[in-house]
Amino acid sequence: MEIKIDLISEDKINSMSSMEKLRFILDGVKSGNIVILEGGLSSEEQMKLIELTMTEVDDDFPGIEISGYPAKRSFLNLRKKTRLTVIGPAKVMHTIKQDKDLISAVVSAV
Amino acid sequence: MKLNRWRKGILSRLLRVLFFRKVTAKIGIYGPPNAGKTTLANRIIHTFVDENEDMGVSTEVPHETRRAVRRKGILIDLKSKSVQNPHLNATTNPDSMSTSTSTSDSKSKQREGKAKLKLDIVDTPGLATKIDFHDFMAFGLEEQEAKKRAKEATEGVIEAIKWLDDIDGVLLLMDATEDPYTQTNIVIIGNLEARSIPMIVVANKMDLPEAAPQRIVDAFPQHPVIPISALKGENMDELYKEMARRFR
Repeated sequence: MEIKIDLISEDKINSMSSMEKLRFILDGVKSGNIVILEGGLSSEEQMKLIELTMTEVDDDFPGIEISGYPAKRSFLNLRKKTRLTVIGPAKVMHTIKQDKDLISAVVSAV
Repeated sequence: MKLNRWRKGILSRLLRVLFFRKVTAKIGIYGPPNAGKTTLANRIIHTFVDENEDMGVSTEVPHETRRAVRRKGILIDLKSKSVQNPHLNATTNPDSMSTSTSTSDSKSKQREGKAKLKLDIVDTPGLATKIDFHDFMAFGLEEQEAKKRAKEATEGVIEAIKWLDDIDGVLLLMDATEDPYTQTNIVIIGNLEARSIPMIVVANKMDLPEAAPQRIVDAFPQHPVIPISALKGENMDELYKEMARRFR
C-alpha cells in the first residue's frame, strides 16, 4: 500500500482561515495521507484540530498522530513563531521520539 | 488579531485580579489518560474534605473518566492540614523541583504555610489525539462495550477542552515514568500559556522505581514542576504549598 505525503507551504497555509486549515488537514489525514506543514500550527489551532478530530473518530478512523517543533519566540519576545507540524492517521503513523528540534516517526501501511 | 486576543487575555486577568477576584478558584486537573488525575482528585478530597468521599473511580483502563466531574468548595487549609493528616508529613519529601523564583523567599513561605485556599476541583477526562476501541478490548471489554466507551471517551476529550474556557488554574499531570515530551502535553501547555492560565506541572508516580521527574523539569523548565505520588500521598505538602502560591 502506498502512503501519500503532502508537504504544504507556509504561504498556502497562511492563505486559509483557521477552520479551512483544519478541514484541509483533517480531510487529507482521513484519506490516509501524511500532512506536513511548513510553518506549523499554533497550539490553539492544534487544540481545535484535536477537538475536530474527536467529533470524527469512528471504528475506521481512531484519530490522528501529531508532532511538531515547539513555537519559538520572535524578536523582543512579543510573538510566538510556529514551526513545522506533522499530522498523520493514527493507524499509519507513530511518533517514536520527539524533542525540540527532532521528530522521529514510523509510518507503516495497514 | 492574535495580539488583540493576547492583550485582551492579559487585561481581563489583570482586571480580575484587581477588582473581580474570585472567592473560589476553579482548578482543572488535566493530563493524558492514565496519568493519575482521578487518583489526585481523590487524594485532595480525602485530605481536605472526607476520607470516604471519592470524585471518581481510578483503574488501569484508560479513559475511565469520560465526563468532567466538579467538586465544589474545597478548603485547602495548610495550617490545619498537618493536624488533620499527621501521616502525610511522615512521607518522603524530596527537594522541590519547582523552578519558581519565589520559593526561596522564607517570609512568603511563612505566609504560604498559613494560607487558606478555597477552590473547586474539576477532574477532567484524559486528553488524547486518538481513541481506538481495540485498546479497550485489550483490557477485556466486549466489542460493543469497547465501542461505546471509545465514543464516550471522544466526547470526554471535547468536554475537557471546553472546560478550559471556564477554568482559573490547572494542575497538569504527567506520568513521571514516561517521556513527557509528547505533543498532547506541548499543546496543553501552549494553550494555557496563550490564555495566561496559571499552571503547576505535577510529575506523578514518583514512587515507581522507573520514575524520572527530572525529565519533566528538563522538558518544561519555564514552569514549576512538583514530583508527587498521588497514590501513596508522597510530597503532597509541596504541591499544596505551590497551589496556595499559584492559585490564590
